[in-house]
Amino acid sequence: MSTHCVEDIKRASAGLRGTLLASLADATTGALADDDQTLIKYHGSYQQDDRDVREERRRQKLEPDHSFMIRTRTPGGVTTPAQWLQLDRIARTYASAGLRITTRQAFQFHGVIKRELKPTLQAINAALMDTLAACGDVNRNVAVSANPLDAALHARVQGDAAALSRHLLPRSRAYYEIWLDKKPLHEAASEEDPIYGEAYLPRKFKIGFAIPPYNDVDVFAQDLGFTTIAKDGALLGYNVSVGGGMGASHGDPETYPRLGSVLGSIAPDQVIAIAEAVVTTQRDWGNRVQRKRARLKYTLDDRGVDAFKAEVERRSGVRFSPAQNVRFVHNGDRFGWIEGEGEGRCAHLTLRLLSGRILDRDGQPHLTGLRAIAERLQQADAEGAHFRLTANQNLVIADVPSRLRADIDTLVREYALDLHAHASPLRRNAIACVALPTCGLAMAEAERYLPDFLTRVETLLVHHGLGDLPINLRISGCPNGCARPYLAEIALVGRAPGRYNLMLGGDHRGERLNLPYRENITEDRIIKELDVLFSRFARERRQDERFGDFLHRVRVVGPGAFAVELIA
Amino acid sequence: MSAPAALPLPAPAPLHEALLQQVQALDGHALWWLSGYAAGMAQRGNAGVASFPVAATAPGLAQAPRISIVYGSQTGNAERIAATLDARLRDAGLPTRLLRADAYPTRELKDETHLVVVISTQGEGEPPDDARGFVEYLLGPRAPKLDGLAFTVLGLGDSSYPLYCEVGKQIDARLGELGGQRWLPRADADADIDSIAIPWLDDVALRARELLTEAPVRTATVTPLHPRTTANYSRQHPFLAEVLANQRISGRESTRDIRHIELSLEGAGLHYAPGDAIGVWPRNPAPLVEQIIDLMGFDAAAEVTHQDKRLSLTAWLRDERELTRLTRPFLLAHAARARNEALDALLAAEPAQLSTLFSTHQVIDVLQRWPASWTAEDFIAQLRALTPRMYSIASSQSAVGDEAHLTVSHVAYRRDGEDRWGAASHELAELSVGEHARVFIEHNPRFSLPADDDRDILMIGPGVGVAPFRGFLQERISRGASGRHWLFFGNRHAQSEFLYQSEWQPLAKAGRLKLSLAFSRDVVRSIDGDPLPAGPRYVQDCLLENGEEVFTWIEGGAHLYVCGDATHMARDVHAALSLILQRHGGLDADAAQATLEALQAQGRYVRDVY
Repeated sequence: MSTHCVEDIKRASAGLRGTLLASLADATTGALADDDQTLIKYHGSYQQDDRDVREERRRQKLEPDHSFMIRTRTPGGVTTPAQWLQLDRIARTYASAGLRITTRQAFQFHGVIKRELKPTLQAINAALMDTLAACGDVNRNVAVSANPLDAALHARVQGDAAALSRHLLPRSRAYYEIWLDKKPLHEAASEEDPIYGEAYLPRKFKIGFAIPPYNDVDVFAQDLGFTTIAKDGALLGYNVSVGGGMGASHGDPETYPRLGSVLGSIAPDQVIAIAEAVVTTQRDWGNRVQRKRARLKYTLDDRGVDAFKAEVERRSGVRFSPAQNVRFVHNGDRFGWIEGEGEGRCAHLTLRLLSGRILDRDGQPHLTGLRAIAERLQQADAEGAHFRLTANQNLVIADVPSRLRADIDTLVREYALDLHAHASPLRRNAIACVALPTCGLAMAEAERYLPDFLTRVETLLVHHGLGDLPINLRISGCPNGCARPYLAEIALVGRAPGRYNLMLGGDHRGERLNLPYRENITEDRIIKELDVLFSRFARERRQDERFGDFLHRVRVVGPGAFAVELIA
Repeated sequence: MSAPAALPLPAPAPLHEALLQQVQALDGHALWWLSGYAAGMAQRGNAGVASFPVAATAPGLAQAPRISIVYGSQTGNAERIAATLDARLRDAGLPTRLLRADAYPTRELKDETHLVVVISTQGEGEPPDDARGFVEYLLGPRAPKLDGLAFTVLGLGDSSYPLYCEVGKQIDARLGELGGQRWLPRADADADIDSIAIPWLDDVALRARELLTEAPVRTATVTPLHPRTTANYSRQHPFLAEVLANQRISGRESTRDIRHIELSLEGAGLHYAPGDAIGVWPRNPAPLVEQIIDLMGFDAAAEVTHQDKRLSLTAWLRDERELTRLTRPFLLAHAARARNEALDALLAAEPAQLSTLFSTHQVIDVLQRWPASWTAEDFIAQLRALTPRMYSIASSQSAVGDEAHLTVSHVAYRRDGEDRWGAASHELAELSVGEHARVFIEHNPRFSLPADDDRDILMIGPGVGVAPFRGFLQERISRGASGRHWLFFGNRHAQSEFLYQSEWQPLAKAGRLKLSLAFSRDVVRSIDGDPLPAGPRYVQDCLLENGEEVFTWIEGGAHLYVCGDATHMARDVHAALSLILQRHGGLDADAAQATLEALQAQGRYVRDVY
């Protein structure tokens, strides 16, 4: 869709209302009117169809099998057991494939049909959650490191993140009117939006808070990143980075992933002012003519980081201090039990969920199992116990009092939720986006393909004596990069059914972009290429050297790399 | 309530001056068409009349040469180029039309004189989603000869894929194969599209001007008037119609197998009007025939003579006798042989119970349940002769030419672990493209469109009852009728049983069709309560919900049509109409009933129910 189109739709939408009410009432189709399909994103939903049956239904003279994806706004992925149980009920009633944890710590449901959209959103609301601004040209779900070393620090940062998420919500009351049957207010001016104006942002906007030494949120992939500066458990401030972003289009050199540029550091109480200044500057400076160049990363490259920084300082009235040195050790999750400190000796348990998909499958009743865990926590009045979704699509059961640990362990085993205990490091850390059959943008499989692909790579690693090697591997069904592929040590970016670009040379901290290695190749070819590289790695690696770093050192990728054609 | 407008009187009134003048102004082609049309109108209302003549083409207007630009685009590039070409040609004063491939009316391809195709190739040599239908049609067996066509193709693709620009190549080759002449050789544009596309645009624009000044003006063909056609094919002598398409149109989630079947009437000399039916002579399913022969201990090859006809037993049972429908005479005769108390009790029981027996049992069920022995001769003699099954035709010849389309519900179920089928629906469902069905036309002049295209029509056709309305709409749209159309459709589930959904939607969007829908089993679920109905459950509920507007349409002279199940639906719809007249017309029940009967008498309320 051209920029012109989307910009016009936003402006003409009467505060994100469009013709949604009429679209919802139109029984001749399971779809919304065209413009409403854009607007519903701001309400937290995407219209989709089952691409597996698209062609079959065309022949059957039936419209595509339309359904909706709904995404929650869950800053830092924090969810209470009561909320979990309601979401579980919602998934079983209205959704087609269980619960899905996204790479931004939100819940997703797929397969909701149009006439059940409203009841679903009402049910979410009844859990004191919402889906506002989970999609669209607005600030999205705010990510927070899920399992940092310091619990008090987490609480503090989580508080900042939640406040920021609320502060950056669109002012429109459309959501409440359309889904929650609230009466429109009389005062026309009450919906003026000082932050978003009339046409919201030029594109999506993503904010993440990272608590070193863990960069699980991939803070340098965020449009706006806050990295905590702490000492002895006290929050001193944040490093601020801007202009990270994962999206690209195949073959279009005007689009590319970018790592955030560090502007400096601020005090904790300056978060909102800075965030607002960054968002409004992007609102005003961002490219609204060429939608493919609209993200903040391009604004920075077009206008210059220094100019941007100066504008942010001007608007916020805050001067950046020099950035502090921070160190990240990795961007993965810490699986299993981690002890807490302090009274009651609570602990966190991080579970591995492949692609964040929570379903009851043969031998793996994960949805039922997590429901049982949530019920147990509730029954036992485990005050403070809660869930945290991670940005790696995994789940933390947090603040579990020690008296309940044994029960939780039993349930985890009983419901086969203990993948983390026996999966290879490769399998524990891999990320895949949803892709087919629901994502309209997918060019190739991702989530559905991940388990088998991992098995093939694991076999290869074992063959080379590298079975325990932690590798960051990510699969994205298209170059938009929702699985943050451009930071991975090995990434597959979908080109066409069964074909991917093979990217290599990211790191394990989320601090280095990878590079294209081979384009448009099939799985067999990918495995052949990895075979050659693993073989070299096994022979030539230095002590504790990681795969991505190795590839740079020996010039397989990176400046000075020479292309080596595989002689098959 | 004001009296509804009356139909024209049978005796012809003298023609108005103005009308005479108009007729005198028509050219030869149009007069031929008009005479046929008028003769056909005159023949309406006579039962059992032979083919109703229908002009095969529109009144004779020369088809001015024009360039059709068709594009198939996934990411917008092909569309952009096609639109640019269209603008350039129009700026140069040339007549063009620009169409996305899925909006191109494939029936017009045979009349096309100048065609430009701009199409991209995806993935493994695939066309863009929107162009699938167009490409399939062109490459398929039904693509017409294109001797009068000048064409050129621009393909877009990415040479880093195998099968580069494959779709463009296939289309270019196929158009040539069908007899078209290349106006310009095919061009293939790689990822750097403009380097090829811009010079190509220049070339096309240059040649377009030249070509159009050369092109002869095509005159429309004239179909001479068919007087009462003595069709060679009839009920007694059915036509072997080739199956052109056999497509399931119920979604995979539906437990019902509904088929859309396209039959060729080419060479049959048969004509039909929307509302007419096709009679199909079925053959009983071979497994059923074998099973009965086996069960009864008959000799399959034994020759049996009955009423001067001598055939093998297998042939009798397969081609000549009703097996899938149970009849009363047979049941009585069988009971006499079976001497079974339970069966005798049933026969003596309430008519309602007995009618349940007839609707749930086939001949074989009776033979299995209450065994008795028969001789082959007696068996053949007692069974009823096989009869053809009638299906409302789901098309109009003004849209599909020498074809007839059917909407068939495949009757297939299991009984005690065995398969049971409806004879004709099963045979039709099992026919492959290229095989034949034995068919004839049965005219249904009562159930036909109003003569006056200004009349509104209300069509009530749940399930496969929607079939004739597809023909109605095809006809009215092709005639440019100004009257409005309102379709009441229902089924069990919208997602899988909204028959012909993708055909109704564009009509509704264009404001040509009002749709009121009822899906009886669709619900809105609740987390903590009972599911609620999603909307109106049956078509009669839709009627009542829209009562005021329905009444206004009737008052304004609309014609009402009901097609489908006789037992419940027709009765319930009738009751709803009566209620509507009462509520909105201020009539009492008797007066409402009388009004409905009057409408029926006038031919404004007709039913095709079974």
